[in-house]
Amino acid sequence: MAYKDYEIVIGLEVHSELKTKSKIYCSCTTEFGGDPNTHCCPICTGMPGTLPVLNGMVVEYAIKAGLATNCKIHQFSKQDRKNYFYPDLPKAYQTSQYDLPLCYEGYVDIETNGEEKRIGLTRIHIEEDAGKLIHEANGTFVDYNRCGVPLIEIVTEPDLRSPEEIRVFLSKLRSILLYADVSDCRMNEGSFRCDVNLSVRKKGTTTLGTRTEMKNINSFNFAVKAAEYEAKRQIKLIESGGSVVQETRRWDEAKGVTISMRSKEEAHDYRYFPAPDLMPIVTSDEEIERIGQTIPELPDVRMKRYMEKDGLSLYDSELLVASMKISDYFDQACKQTKNKKVLANIIISEAFSRMNEDEKELGEIPISAENLGKLAHLVDTNVISSSIAKKVFATMWEDDDDPETIVDKEGLKQISDDGALRQMAEEVIAKNDKVVQDYLSGKEAAIQALMGQMMAKTKGKANPKMVIDLLKEILNTKK
Amino acid sequence: MKTVLEMANQLKNKEVSSLELVESYINRIHDVEQHVNAFLHMDEEAIKAQAKAIDQRRTRGEDLSALAGIPISIKDNICTKDIRTTCASKMLENFVPPYNATVINKIQAKDMILFGKLNMDEFAMGSSTENSAFKITRNPWNLDHVPGGSSGGSAAAVAAMMTPLALGSDTGGSIRQPASYCGVVGLKPTYGRVSRFGLVAFASSLDQIGPLGQNVEDVALAMNVIGGHDTMDSTSAPVEAPDYTGKLKESLKGKRIGLPLEFFGDGINAEVKEAVLAAAKEYEKLGAIVEEVRFDLSNLSLPAYYLISSAEASSNLARYDGIKYGYRTPEFENLLDLYQKTRDEAFGKEVKRRIMLGTYALSSGYYDAYYKKAQQVRTLIKQEFDQLFEKYDVLLTPTGPTTAFKVGAKTDNPVEMYLTDICTVPINIAGVPAISINCGYDQNGLPIGLQLIGKAFDEQTILNFAYQYEQHANVDKRTVTIG
Amino acid sequence: MKITKDQVEHVAHLARLSLTEEEKVQMTKDMEMILEFADQINEYTFEDVNATAHVIPINNVFRDDEVSPSMDRDVLLKNAPSKENGCYTVPKVVE
Repeated sequence: MAYKDYEIVIGLEVHSELKTKSKIYCSCTTEFGGDPNTHCCPICTGMPGTLPVLNGMVVEYAIKAGLATNCKIHQFSKQDRKNYFYPDLPKAYQTSQYDLPLCYEGYVDIETNGEEKRIGLTRIHIEEDAGKLIHEANGTFVDYNRCGVPLIEIVTEPDLRSPEEIRVFLSKLRSILLYADVSDCRMNEGSFRCDVNLSVRKKGTTTLGTRTEMKNINSFNFAVKAAEYEAKRQIKLIESGGSVVQETRRWDEAKGVTISMRSKEEAHDYRYFPAPDLMPIVTSDEEIERIGQTIPELPDVRMKRYMEKDGLSLYDSELLVASMKISDYFDQACKQTKNKKVLANIIISEAFSRMNEDEKELGEIPISAENLGKLAHLVDTNVISSSIAKKVFATMWEDDDDPETIVDKEGLKQISDDGALRQMAEEVIAKNDKVVQDYLSGKEAAIQALMGQMMAKTKGKANPKMVIDLLKEILNTKK
Repeated sequence: MKTVLEMANQLKNKEVSSLELVESYINRIHDVEQHVNAFLHMDEEAIKAQAKAIDQRRTRGEDLSALAGIPISIKDNICTKDIRTTCASKMLENFVPPYNATVINKIQAKDMILFGKLNMDEFAMGSSTENSAFKITRNPWNLDHVPGGSSGGSAAAVAAMMTPLALGSDTGGSIRQPASYCGVVGLKPTYGRVSRFGLVAFASSLDQIGPLGQNVEDVALAMNVIGGHDTMDSTSAPVEAPDYTGKLKESLKGKRIGLPLEFFGDGINAEVKEAVLAAAKEYEKLGAIVEEVRFDLSNLSLPAYYLISSAEASSNLARYDGIKYGYRTPEFENLLDLYQKTRDEAFGKEVKRRIMLGTYALSSGYYDAYYKKAQQVRTLIKQEFDQLFEKYDVLLTPTGPTTAFKVGAKTDNPVEMYLTDICTVPINIAGVPAISINCGYDQNGLPIGLQLIGKAFDEQTILNFAYQYEQHANVDKRTVTIG
Repeated sequence: MKITKDQVEHVAHLARLSLTEEEKVQMTKDMEMILEFADQINEYTFEDVNATAHVIPINNVFRDDEVSPSMDRDVLLKNAPSKENGCYTVPKVVE
């Protein structure tokens, strides 16, 4: 396959539901789910004579998303009607934005193959969501609950060059939107959807090939798989002398293929025109400034800080910024200890797995940041060993107590007294002749057994480094 | 014929009960409605119940609003909760809105009596009310003639004295033209002055609800009820509404009237021209200064209007698809069939024409040539009005080029029908207010209307000019006899 | 402005109107007449003139992000020509 001779060119259209409480043009709830048609009113179901009034928070969230992705803001913006017939669209038009989107010319930086790459964002605009169609054997049922839920549509430049980059980009974008707190980005609930536009061209050429559009992909994995399949399909087609038809295709997960949705579909003429029932949106410099101030420190900036200032690894930094709650938590806890690495480690190895086990949302740590910070400090200052810290952590998870109190109460302080440890070591060595002989005859690993006994004897409280050093010292005298 | 204030005082002083008042109108309807056919819906029992309730409250000594118990009839494109609202179309023949238009809430808050729903051209598209899917309304002055449109039912009901007040809607002249054909007063407020929430949309950037009545003061009183900002309508103006009766009696001395020559050209019937120019003379007698002015873009306003209104209408009427409410074709094979048959079977000819024109004007390749151009013309027309109003208080024109034409006379030629709007349409494009009042009768006894155009949010001035003419000018005042 | 039958059919489809052959002929005539009339606009070019979409210069008409109770479903669906299990129904749509 001449796969390697081709360059894959991908652009994405992401639709993200904004997390306002009420819909974009009426005051029905945006809550997910609910019995069909119970989150509706005459306005969002397009009854005769009804009129839309724009939810101001939608504009704010959209601009916020734009500023968080380095976009310019169209300070004079308007809404337009996109006209087409479909049962999930009660007014037979979707109010969207055509030529003056709120945000334009932004970018998101991603890391791919160890290199940083900039993915351009053409625009971000606001629009209303459509309803849901439920297909049964005997007909199609229409539920308008989702009608009027506010969306932002984020369109990228065709800057992505591999299916895997889709995953990295979507991850990054999602993370930014979560930090900006403008969307819940739950792909499984449909609040984060992606359309993939893909074309191929011979490497070295600059003209874009004909692209196909894969719609409504609702998982990162599907997006990657669909892109992989489609790229191969297009290349195969071209190699065999055919040409790619511009069309919409859907991803069939069960069959692992993309399928043309064309059939009788023809190109839509949306007949865009300015929405006459809605007035222009004018945003001042001050408003833009104010909205910008509400954006917290974004993941990239935090990661840089963790790596450069706190000396954390890329891997650990990525894990910490995966959720803003965790990152904020970490920053809070940092106030209690100088050793950020220890703290990061406790969070990553202990808290994360515990949250997983308990099926808690990432960020729901029942230990106060202050207390966790103190725990890290205790380890850092050798008051307790890291294995004892695990015990203390488990106790703290149930009762969020000051770790110092727990350590005192349960007598968990690390034993670092040379005299006491030495005596204990001598005793252990005396009682474990065989193991000692094994060690002396070259089986270095045998020392672990002795170590184990020391830890058991001290209920894990012995300072592990001291123990190992002492054991080695004493054993060496026995050679 | 009593004025609304006179009736209101009688009610307040308990000289007449609300029940007696509505019964007198109901009796009138029993007499003449069979000839006029203005109403699409009237629930006599519900109306009498409303009236009785008001009488009871009055008996209890409750302090009621000044207009409590006064009937007002409603054009059938204004949503009335739990009362059928059809827009005179098969498409909405059985549509019962579960909500009121804002103006209906306002009317009910003043305890006025919702007095039936009135016939109109289907979806407000037309100039004669002949496009109604249900019935033809006739001009009370001559039953062989049209009442005008699209608020033909509103104008005819008032003219025939079947109701003291009516609400209509005006997109290109639909209140003023029928008002002039029927010899009554009709006001189109400034765009944004009256809430459009609950008015079934025809052309969103042009539609306005307005009152029709027997005299200027009645219309001003109605404006006081329906005017004002509405948070449910984004296009509603955040401008406070004054008391519209406040300046009626102001002197016209020294006030300036502009007479745009282009509205008195060849297309205007000679009798109409004569009557309106005579009215201009009457205004001079009242102390106003009348001057000829130019309105250069008048010839472009009709094409611009038809492009803008049809484009918006094609989008506003797309929701009628047989799925959520309204008519649904009984037999269909698939979704496309459902859409096409439903819309084909339930929309009348004129509605289909406008939808086609509007769709075409917005379609790929034609947007710039038609819709966008029309919106540019709009800017220029608005500018022209703005410039004129720097110098003049009002502009005076005929309301239409002719008096009421015969039923069936213009139904074959759509463009000829469109030309009847030539004097009224520029006003909607610019969004300014205008009022039509009677200024005489032609040799066939048909009413002639004159139009006063004012600047944005200055309804008080045109009401003032209208009132002074009505009260003091040497005008032929006749009473209609029907049947 | 000449309109072809194809154009009429295309526009009718965009508007989801099915016209009979007779209606198409009449509609073609009507549209030509109306467009000729509308074409008066095209005798002019308006450079440097903005297109006015709204006659009143109001901007930023917003509502607060507050939830109000939705309409009772039975009331909402009262006018529905075809409904089942709380949903509007349409012929099966293939996606």
